[in-house]
Amino acid sequence: MKKKNFLFVIVPVLLLGAILYNCSNSNNAGNFSDAASKVYVAPGTHDEFYAFMSGGFSGQVSVYGLPSGRLFRVISVFSQNPETGYGYSEESKPMLNTSYGNIPWDDAHHPELSQTDGIPDGRWLFINGNNTPRIARIDLKSFETAEIIEIPNSAGNHGSPFVTENNEYVVAATRFSIPIPQKDVPISSYKENFKGTLSFIRTDPQTGKMSLAFQILVPGFDYDLAHAGKGVSHGWAFFSCYNTEQANTLLEINASQNDKDFVAAVNWKAAEKYLAQGKGKTVSSEYYRNYFDEEKHLAVSEKNSQVTILDPKDCPGLIYYLPTPKSPHGVNIDPTGEYIVAGGKLSTVLPVHSFSKMLKAIENKDFIGEVNGIPILKYESVIAGEVKDPGLGPLHTEFDNNGNAYTSAFLSSEIVKWKLGTWEVLDRIPTYYSIGHLMIPGGDSRKPWGKYVVALNKITKDRYLPTGPELTQSAQLFDITGDKMKLLLDFPTIGEPHYAQAIPANILEKNSKRIYEIEKNKNPFVTKSEKEARVERKGNEIHVYLTTSRSHFKPDNIEGIKVGDKVFFHVTNLEQDWDIPHGFAIKGANNSELLVMPGQTKTIVWNPQKEGIYPFYCTDFCSALHQEMQGYVRVSSSGSNTKLLFN
Amino acid sequence: MKKLFFITAVSILLFGACGENKSGADVETAKKEKMAKIFGLTVFELDNGIGPIKEKLNLGPIDSKIVETGRKLFDAKCSQCHKLDERYTGPAQRDLIKRRSPEYIMNMILNPVEMVARHPEAKKMFAQYPTQMPFQNVTQDDARMMLEYFRSLIK
Repeated sequence: MKKKNFLFVIVPVLLLGAILYNCSNSNNAGNFSDAASKVYVAPGTHDEFYAFMSGGFSGQVSVYGLPSGRLFRVISVFSQNPETGYGYSEESKPMLNTSYGNIPWDDAHHPELSQTDGIPDGRWLFINGNNTPRIARIDLKSFETAEIIEIPNSAGNHGSPFVTENNEYVVAATRFSIPIPQKDVPISSYKENFKGTLSFIRTDPQTGKMSLAFQILVPGFDYDLAHAGKGVSHGWAFFSCYNTEQANTLLEINASQNDKDFVAAVNWKAAEKYLAQGKGKTVSSEYYRNYFDEEKHLAVSEKNSQVTILDPKDCPGLIYYLPTPKSPHGVNIDPTGEYIVAGGKLSTVLPVHSFSKMLKAIENKDFIGEVNGIPILKYESVIAGEVKDPGLGPLHTEFDNNGNAYTSAFLSSEIVKWKLGTWEVLDRIPTYYSIGHLMIPGGDSRKPWGKYVVALNKITKDRYLPTGPELTQSAQLFDITGDKMKLLLDFPTIGEPHYAQAIPANILEKNSKRIYEIEKNKNPFVTKSEKEARVERKGNEIHVYLTTSRSHFKPDNIEGIKVGDKVFFHVTNLEQDWDIPHGFAIKGANNSELLVMPGQTKTIVWNPQKEGIYPFYCTDFCSALHQEMQGYVRVSSSGSNTKLLFN
Repeated sequence: MKKLFFITAVSILLFGACGENKSGADVETAKKEKMAKIFGLTVFELDNGIGPIKEKLNLGPIDSKIVETGRKLFDAKCSQCHKLDERYTGPAQRDLIKRRSPEYIMNMILNPVEMVARHPEAKKMFAQYPTQMPFQNVTQDDARMMLEYFRSLIK
């Protein structure tokens, strides 16, 4: 009987517990059976979109498929990658050259697809290096970094790289103001000595080659994010800024004093006129441009020493400030180009400026003051509307193709959907947790493919199995085709994902490169057939012209190397078939392996320290006889007379 | 389905066996047709491989002008796996033209993956040389010149 009594008590308790448990999880563990079919990409079939996500502090770019959330490539951009040899191989080292020397890492924030007529065209992807200011251009045929340009007179290159309608310019802004030109001054002289710059990088319409066209010297605020105008506002670019207080310490408090900061509106077509009139000042500034010569399979560094700077004082009409509450972060332009949305981290409303009202206010000289020759427009004269209750800490806004906007709210961890024109909030959905950027494919262009929105979250807490103190970052995919947003999928990301871009797969996939043609390989150390494979000594330099082919190296027995020699392995992959890379690694190498694509040549340097026999082998499983793909190097003492031999 | 296949196979055999004044060549043809059917190929494909070469080539005397280009192509694209007189990654090639039809050689160069997947002879070779022969990014003209080089190797 006792047993029965026990059950009588425990069963209702369990039931109640189960009910409570279900209720407490109703937000984040609902019924996803319908969602599963929407993100299921059957084995062997392809995703609908390519998504490019910033790798944040990994310095790289990751490539995902949507809607599956499958990661299928990490592109090396600003950080060395021992997996491929990027930044370690002799050919790739120059990509990371800067005026501060060779920098093995950066913090990558905002990928941006190149555009034609304001629509992502799938030719290139730009991304900023925040710490040592740089912008990279990735070739979307090879999915490799094609070019990196350093931005001089900048610090914290956060507000970049955003493109104009036909990539006339990629824009960039300094988050941290500094003395320009650099000089040794007391930090407390901030207001007197510190300035910001807005940079305009021209791209060649055919090749994508970047060059620094001009910079605009601006007051020493923190320029945070940017977007170029489009449609009606083509010809303008917009930059958000905070710290108009010009604090140089404890910005958390000291830069949160003013009721309004600014969005800077720059008329770059006017800038071009002023440059033509010779209003630009040539200033000496050292910066690098590094590009990858795809025929030579070789990065080349070019040192530049001059930049043209425009001062708004000499150029009336070049730039205006739009007052914007309160420490604005993202600045986003709707597909028509009329609306300028700025998310104020500390603001309770989301202000939307009108481009046409701005033009009218400029015409009427509706100014409330000026800073360093830059007129400040009257808030009431430029504002189109305010979105009430846009969530706490609204940061960024993307757009669909039906006149709706989607704003991320960091503090309240949600996406808020609202209507352009009526400013009415239509829907809101929680994100897990602390969303930063959000992304709709084409959602910052003239033509959004508004099927999904991706939330890029800063914190995951309990969303995945725990992995010690460091947890994964994550993205979440939502369906936005209906009236209500619907959570479909969580998936982990590399580094910290900041911004992202996505484009329909059918635009990119047909262009994807499969091999490098060996006939066209102009690397100075290429070996075009096994007959040319050899070893040459030049003083204490040894050059090994090594070929790879399934499943052997040529040569694979090398003798006559001495301690103290500097050995260059120039590895050419003779394969001409898709998906047949070979790897190369030698025992005791202090750098990395090489991963060599079909038809490519890569070089790694090895400094043998001790006598003995050193095996080398192929690291990338290439065939049934991959385990047989190995060789030996004999290293003799520095004074020995072992003859140079190879087979 | 199995039954139908059996009946068809038996009738083919019977038809072949009962045919009047059947010449040796006809018997050979019937045998080939049967083989081809088993592998899902045409008789032409059985003899000449699967790929862009779909009919017999009209080969004249060896064209010495293209032999040298063919040799260079072979050196650049094939020699990392094929030697003339020794087994390497793939089989020795000096007697290739004696072993295979010219069309088969070109199809194997131009369409090796499908050949290994579907052709009984290529499958046999794959079992002996366990590395998938790759397509080496050559044109049909390139393959034709390499064929001329192989023809020139036999005096």
